Formats: sequence, structure tokens, C-alpha cells
Amino acid sequence: FNKTLKLLMLNQWLTVRCVLIPRLKSPGVKRRFRIYSSALLVLQWLTNKDYKGGERFLVKMAAPLTLLVILSVTIRAVLYRSSLAEVISERVEVVSPLTAWKRVVEGLALLDLGVSPYSGDVFHETPLIIYLFHFVVDYAEITFMLADVITAVALYMAVMDYNKQVFRKQKYALEADRYPLDCLELIRSPKEMYYIPLKVAMFYLLNPFTILSCVAKSTCGLNNAVIALFILTTIKGNVLLSAIFLSLATYQSIYPLTLCAPALLYLMQRQFIPVNFRRVSFWWFIAQYAFMYLGSLFVIVGLSFFLLGSWDYVPSVYGFILSVPDLTPNIGLFWYFFAEMFEHFRLFFLCVFQINVFFYTIPLSIKLKEHPVFLIFMQLAVISIFKSYPTVGDIALYMAFLPVWSHLHRFLRNIFLVSCVLLACSALFPVLWHLWIYAGSANSNFYYAITLLFNVAQILLVSDYFYAFLRREHHLSYGLYLKRKDGSEATLVLK
Amino acid sequence: MGLLSDPNRRRALISLLTRLNSPICVVCYMAGVAWFMGLAFEPFTLRTYMSENAMGSTMVEERFPAGERALTTGREFSAHKKKAGGMPVDWLVKTMQARGLEVFTQRFSRKLPFPDENKERYMVKGTNVYGILRAPRAPRTEALVLSAPCTPGDSNNQAVGLLLGLAQYFRNQIYWAKDIIFLVNEHDLIGMQAWLEGYHHTNTTGMDWSPLQGRGGSIQAALSLELSSDVITSMDLVLEGLNGQLPNLDLANLFYAFCQKIGVLCTIQGKLQRNDWDSVSGYSHSVQTMMLMVMKQASGRPWGDHGLFLRYHIEAASIKGINSFRQYKTDVTTIGRLLEGMYRKLNNLLERLHQSYFFYLMPSLSHFVSIGYYMPAFGLLAVILLLRALDLWVQLATPPPRTEDGITDKEQVSSPGVLSVLTPLVISHLTGVALYTLPIQFQEMAVEQFPVSETEAVVLTAIGVYTAGLALPHNTHRLLSGEGTEQGWRVLKLVAVLYLAVLLGCTALINFSLGFILALTLVPVAAFVTPHVPKVLSAFILVILSPACTLLFSVFFFQELQELPVSFQEGWLLYLSVISQGILDHFLYGSLVYPLIALLVYPCWLLFWNILFWK
Repeated sequence: FNKTLKLLMLNQWLTVRCVLIPRLKSPGVKRRFRIYSSALLVLQWLTNKDYKGGERFLVKMAAPLTLLVILSVTIRAVLYRSSLAEVISERVEVVSPLTAWKRVVEGLALLDLGVSPYSGDVFHETPLIIYLFHFVVDYAEITFMLADVITAVALYMAVMDYNKQVFRKQKYALEADRYPLDCLELIRSPKEMYYIPLKVAMFYLLNPFTILSCVAKSTCGLNNAVIALFILTTIKGNVLLSAIFLSLATYQSIYPLTLCAPALLYLMQRQFIPVNFRRVSFWWFIAQYAFMYLGSLFVIVGLSFFLLGSWDYVPSVYGFILSVPDLTPNIGLFWYFFAEMFEHFRLFFLCVFQINVFFYTIPLSIKLKEHPVFLIFMQLAVISIFKSYPTVGDIALYMAFLPVWSHLHRFLRNIFLVSCVLLACSALFPVLWHLWIYAGSANSNFYYAITLLFNVAQILLVSDYFYAFLRREHHLSYGLYLKRKDGSEATLVLK
Repeated sequence: MGLLSDPNRRRALISLLTRLNSPICVVCYMAGVAWFMGLAFEPFTLRTYMSENAMGSTMVEERFPAGERALTTGREFSAHKKKAGGMPVDWLVKTMQARGLEVFTQRFSRKLPFPDENKERYMVKGTNVYGILRAPRAPRTEALVLSAPCTPGDSNNQAVGLLLGLAQYFRNQIYWAKDIIFLVNEHDLIGMQAWLEGYHHTNTTGMDWSPLQGRGGSIQAALSLELSSDVITSMDLVLEGLNGQLPNLDLANLFYAFCQKIGVLCTIQGKLQRNDWDSVSGYSHSVQTMMLMVMKQASGRPWGDHGLFLRYHIEAASIKGINSFRQYKTDVTTIGRLLEGMYRKLNNLLERLHQSYFFYLMPSLSHFVSIGYYMPAFGLLAVILLLRALDLWVQLATPPPRTEDGITDKEQVSSPGVLSVLTPLVISHLTGVALYTLPIQFQEMAVEQFPVSETEAVVLTAIGVYTAGLALPHNTHRLLSGEGTEQGWRVLKLVAVLYLAVLLGCTALINFSLGFILALTLVPVAAFVTPHVPKVLSAFILVILSPACTLLFSVFFFQELQELPVSFQEGWLLYLSVISQGILDHFLYGSLVYPLIALLVYPCWLLFWNILFWK
């Protein structure tokens, strides 16, 4: 694969040097070089397809990934053995009423006694989770570590595939002369893209948020694994598996439903189906996907019903997520607001808050029609900010995607401010919790202020990436150094 | 939000902040210090006022008559104490029972991690005696505590006498709605710790104690009484508790209100209130009072037996009787009336004290500075760190120069590897861990090898590890990447500055005084250190402003404030004993100052030391 890479790089630079720069000088030279670079392209395409190259590649990249996995599993195993594990599993930032391990244990105890696990309003996870742990409760730690590893590897493979496609697309665009002349700096080189999948896995596995979540045995890790598998299968273009994993994710926590928009967009892009409401093929594909999705959802829901023998879990899981009866403080926006609210406004604001999560799907899908993977990232971030019981594990999932957009760094505006705020807030959460609950000298307003700041910082982070992404796309079609009509330098403003 | 999205205005602001960075930092530092000094100026402070409605109007009558009898009981107690050679448990049980209380005892024992030379104790064994006066007027769900320590020697007998006298008097009154617990604790804080842990069924410090046989309701408030003479000139109020925690300001207000009503001279930090705030001496007096409070709070240790109550969410204070050479004396009957009044008011409480402030400083007993007023002083210091971080960020983010063919040569300015930043971080934290664990681990070995006592061994090991940390290999990045780059130290400094900012911010929220003192010394270090400043001079300044030297200066400064100046020799001995006390406080009561300094602040300071010697 090393050879392939070198070829790729060579090809890239040749394209850049031969296609773009000489164009300024002489058209004749340009044509000759373009024929040459096209030949190189074909050559490179062939080597890319080469099976042996792929195998060698696996050997080369698997080593650092394995090392990373071993390191992260070690960290988790050490933390499981330390006295910190108990402290961490009590933190409200890490576990929510939905995902707390304590509650799963309670549900298991009820199940063993032959009582419905949902009686008593303690357990709120789905029936599949409780039956999973019914069998593996003795290996819970391994299960959670495994879930994290699966998530990381799935994201790793997904991002690797995605990067290949991005690169191919860029190459065709270069071929077709679609980029303006001054956009050389914006073109991504294979060298800088080479380590991105590894960085993604590292961002997920070594993120303190993920580690905390795993050590607390928050079932959020399992949800993340399902979502990561959904992303992997979608990017690999497997329609059926994508629909199945999406229905599993939806079954787990409703909100991933919004991910169906990017999945559909991506799969259609991959199968060259135009997104056009008048075309039959478009509707036919949607119908296919909806059928698979609803079919698997039906099977899962039916399975849950037959496992438990009652519909108890529907109000206890989905009712609990949607109507937010538990106002234990967490890092989300719901608890304080609904604790303060008069009872007769509750339903109205509940609808407003919940619609908020789903609402952004429509404008974002329209704007990011061409870039479904970025849309997935945006949707994950929106879900983890606005969902009713967020934990740090949700944040870790979308943060794992940040290295994928590392080429946007030159367009980010507030990254310094935002990362400082996120860092400070993460440190202040336990401090203010201590002052409020143990010392009794601060109160809930202090804690909520930090929650609010934390969420504002997240929103700024996401909107910053959104802006940077759109701006890069704009530059790629209109040139990097924009001029006003009068010839002076123009600046882009997001309004 | 315009500022965040309009690139032109942002650029203007950032260029302003980077161009004027140093002057702004200097101005911020001066402004922070000036703001802090201004806090003691009376027109800038607020008068204290009672916030709690249930204690608002002073409508109770104090009728305690039996001061003389209390003194007699005190003398009896003293005689029995001498005879028993410690706590006269049997006598106390009998006396309390005779006064109609339900009496219980609690035994406890504790082996200190190393001998405490100040109080001369190592293996501690003792007994707490307490009597509960059951509330006749209400279900027994709430309680108040009055405690008096039984100290060796001749001191504090009057306090126990008064406690017993008050118990007898309270027993005959019918208006109590809360249980009142009269507690005589042995071995001051250790006994108190055992009793509180027993009462709340927790064991945080691994002490041995027998479980309590009787309990009252949940404790709402507690007072600890210290009285060593038959007549006194003034009463002193002590508020500072464990980790710099303070009781609700209403408790101080209550004390002040009753002192005013009954006509007892009252002080805080041993300083009387003065009315000439507009004169220089008046101002310096209130600065002194406030600084004393800041120093005591920063030390993070409980300054009276009340200090451990605060951990359990119980508002508590110590009241000390002081007998000086003044003409005007107050007798024990009056003190009894003062306490009676306070307990009757506390008895009226409908909920826990929560209306007034928990975060405050007191330049005098009648004035206070709330968190909203003093936080800007810290904020001005902390903003320096953020400004420096912004400056470094801009320096790191400026695009590298371009070569002729328009291709940025990334190879030359490749960002330094994660390892070159991670290694100093890990090394300095490991040094911190060594500083935290080694002194206790190695005391036995040190005692065998060197002619020192255990306590000295612990303190000297701590100082030794601290000094050794300075000599650690600081240029690990050269082994990893060959050459230290300009970018390398900038990244490290950015990390260190942000780390320090977050650390100080969190510290200041929990214990403002500690955070402020650390910020005062560490922020200049963080702001000016680069590898390009003159080495010897900067190293000297860095050492002077390091946490250990800050502690040394604080010791001298504290003595100066108390008007007990010491020579250098005495100061050094005091410094050593302060270190041993700090370590003991951590292991006995769970004070957080020692681990904070050892595990976080010192490693952070080492990072700056590392930057100075970056090659």
C-alpha cells in the first residue's frame, strides 16, 4: 500500500502541478500533461483495486489500531478495578435515568423474580438490553469495553471508506477542471488524509468522556455501537443492514430516527439516483428503504413484546423519553426548565422541546443534500445537545468525527474560545455539584449556568463546523480569494 | 454574537489584544490587586443584616441566672479532670444525668500517620460524653448542638461548667422545639470527628469509634464554646472551617446582634471593630482583619471545633472568651444569657439557615464582602491567563511563510508531536504523586537512617521531593524529536496556562482565599515565562513565587498580621510545623489543601519551570 500511496501522492501533485499551474502559462503544455496524468490515474486506479495491496494495507494499519485498542482496554480495565469506578457511576453527567447501570441491575433483579422489570418506575431501558444482560451480566465489563471497541473500529472503517470516496471525487473534479485556480491550498492530499481513520478511532477510544461513560457502565455505549454500525453499513452501501441498524438505534432511543435523512441521501448518491421528487426511481428507493426499516422495526418491537409478554415497555421507555418525568439534573437543557415550569404549560413546552430535536433535519438536509456524511455528523451533534437525557457518552460519539473535518480548520472561527469553554465547563461540573449537593453553599442555578454554557459552547462548535464546511464548498466553486464588485477583498459573513 | 461572526471586527479585536497583550496583563494584575485591597474599605462593603425571617426581630428574653453556680461546676470538673488524668467520664455522666439529660458516651481511638509534635499525640484514645435534652414541644426531628472541648491542663474548665449550667437551666424551660445536644469532646477535633461520623453513620477517615447509643434529630446548627477564665473582656467569633468552608452569614449576624443587645464586646479574628474607617489606621485595621480571614481560610484547616460540622451541612461556629487587660469585664452569667438568646433564636428556625450568604469575607463583624464583590478581583487575575493563552494561540495559528511556488512548506513547521507535550505533563504529575505519597511511606526508613524524629522525617522528605522535582530531566522532547522548537514550548505553555486557569478557577470557587493567593503568585509566573528570558534571574523569581515559598511568606505574613512577629529561625520552625500540620489535616480530617498543592498545583508550576529551561 505504501507504493499505492506514493503513487497517489505523485499523481496528486502531478495533477496539481501539471493541470493547474501551467494553465496560467501555456495551454499546449497543459494538454500534454493532462494526458499524462490521466494515464497515471488509470494506473493508480488499478493499483487501488489490487487485492494484494489491500492486504498489505490491512497489515500496516491494523498494528496501530490494535495498539490503540489494547491501550484503551487497559485504561478501562484499570479504572474498573480502582475505587473511582463507583464514584464515576454515580455522576449525573455520565449516567442518566435511562442509561444507569444501577437501574439495569434493578431491572434484572425484578426480571429474575418474575415481575415485569418496568414495574416500580426504576428501569427504563429497552427489553432487548435487559435480555442481553440477562445472559452476559457476569461479563458486563467486557461487554461495555467490547461495545466501545466495536464503535471505534466501525467508525474507523467507515471513515476510511468515506475518505477514499472523497478523494476519488476530488480527483474527478480536478480532472474536469471544476475547481478554480486559486484553490490549490484547499485540495486535500492523501498524506494528511492517511491518519484520519486512526485519529477518529483514537478520538473515540481515548476521549475522557467515552472512558467515563464506559467505566460507569452506561448503556449509552451500546447505543453508540449500534449507531456506529449503522454509519458503517450506510457508508459501505449496504441498504438492508443500514435499515436494520437504523431501526435498532431508533428502537433504543427514538432520536436516531432523524438519521434516516442522511442515510437515504447517501445511499441514493451512491446508487446514482437523483434526489428529485418527480422521479419514480426516487420514490421507489424511499419506499424500499422505508419497507426494510419499518419491517425490521416491527420485528424488533414484536420480539420485545413476545419476550416480555406485555406492552409495559412502551410507556416506560418511549413515554419516559418523550414526556421527561425524571428531572434529575444532567448536562441537558430539560431538567431545570421543566422543574421551574407551571404544570399547565408543561405539555406545550414539552412539544416545543421535542420538536426542536427533529426540526433541524429538514433545513439541514436541504442545505447538505450533497454531503450526507457531514449531515450525519450534524444530526448526531443536534441529537446529543437537545435530547431529553443527554450524557457525556453521546457527546463523545459526535466528537469522534472531528478529525474527519480537520481540513476545515483554517475556516473555523471560534475553536479556541469554544474548546476553552468546553474544557472549563467539564472541570466545573463536579465542582459546582459538590458546592450544591455536599457543601450546600451553592444552589441549582450555579449548576444550571454551567450546563447552559456547556450547551452553548457545543452549539457554537457545531455551527462553526457547519459554517466552515459551507465556506470551503463556496470557495471550491468561486475561488479562494474573493473580490467585491469594486475589486476590494471580500469577506464571507454568515447571517 | 456579531463579535463572533463578523470577521473584520474579530480581527480588529484580536489584533488589539495581541498587540497590547503585555500592558493589558499588567493593568489587569494591578487592577485585581487594587480591587482586592479596596474590598476592606468600608464604603465599598455591605452592612450585615439578618436575612432569616424566623430570627429577625429580637423578641426573646434572656433570663439565665446561674453564672456563679456554673463556675463552681467548672471548678469541680477541673478537680475531677486532674484526678482522672483526662476526661472524668463517670463524673460527667453522673452530673449530666443529675441535670435530667439522656446521657451517652462514645469511645474512639485513632493512630496518627505520624506523631503530632504540636499537640504531642500519636496513639489517641478518648471518650466523648454527650447528653440530649429532648424537645418537649415538637416531634424530635431536629436538633441543636452545644459543645465544649475537654482539653488537658487547666484551660476550658469554665466552658464545661457553663455548658452544664446551661443544660440545667434549659431543662426547666418548656419552649424547646428542637433537641439540644450537650457535647463534651475529648482530643478536640479528633473527638469531634469521631462523634460526627458516629452520628451520621459515615466513616470517611478510617477511624475506630464505638457506635452512638442515642441520637437526636437532624442537626440544624452547632456552637462550640471555649472559655478559660471566670471573667472575660470580649467574645471572639471563629468561622473558618474545613477546606475554607464558612457557615451561613446569618449565624455571624445572630452572634453580633446578641452581643450588641446584651452589651458584650465582640471581635472577629481577635480584632475589635473601629469606627474611623476614613482614617489610614482604621483602613489598615480592617485590611488586617480581612487578611487574617483570608489567610485562615486559605489554610483549609478547621480553626475551631466547629470546623467539621460544616462538612455535614450543619451551620456552626466557635465562640471564644478572651480575657485581656481591659477594664471592662463581662461575667459568666452574661455569657450564659448570650448563649441562651442565641439558642432560643435558633430554636425558632423553621428550616435550615440558607437565606444569607455562604461566600463572604469579613473586614469587621458588622460588614461583609459578598462573592459578587470579591470574585472580580480573582477574575481580573484569571483573565491574564486567558489573554496569554489567546496570544499564544494567535502566534501558533499565524500561517507559516510561503515559498516561491506558492506551496506552504509544512515540513518545516510541522506541529510538535503530542509526545513532546505529553512527556513533561506526565513527568511533572508523577513528581506530584511522589510528593504526595513518599513522605508518609518513607518516614520509618528515614528515621532509621538519619537522626531525626518521625515528624521531621515527613516534613524534610516532603521538602526534599519538592526540591528534587526541580532537577528532573526537563528536555525530554530533545530525546524524542531531536530539537526543541519554538512551536514546541508554545504548545506546552498554552496547555500549562489553560490548565492553570481551570485549576485556579475551580479552587477559587471552593475556597476563594486559596485560589486568590495562588493566583497572586502563579499568574505572573505563567504570564512571563518563556525560554528567552534571562535564565538565572527568572529561575530565582520562579522559585520565589513557587507554592512552597508562597507558604513560607504566608507564615511570616500571618505572624505579622497577628502582631506576633517572629525571627527567621522561629519562622522556619513554624514553617516546618505548618507543613506537618497540613499533611496531618489531610489524613485526619480530609482537608484538601495538601493533595491539591501536591497533585495539581505543584505539577502545574513544574510545567512553567520546564518551559524556562526549554532548549
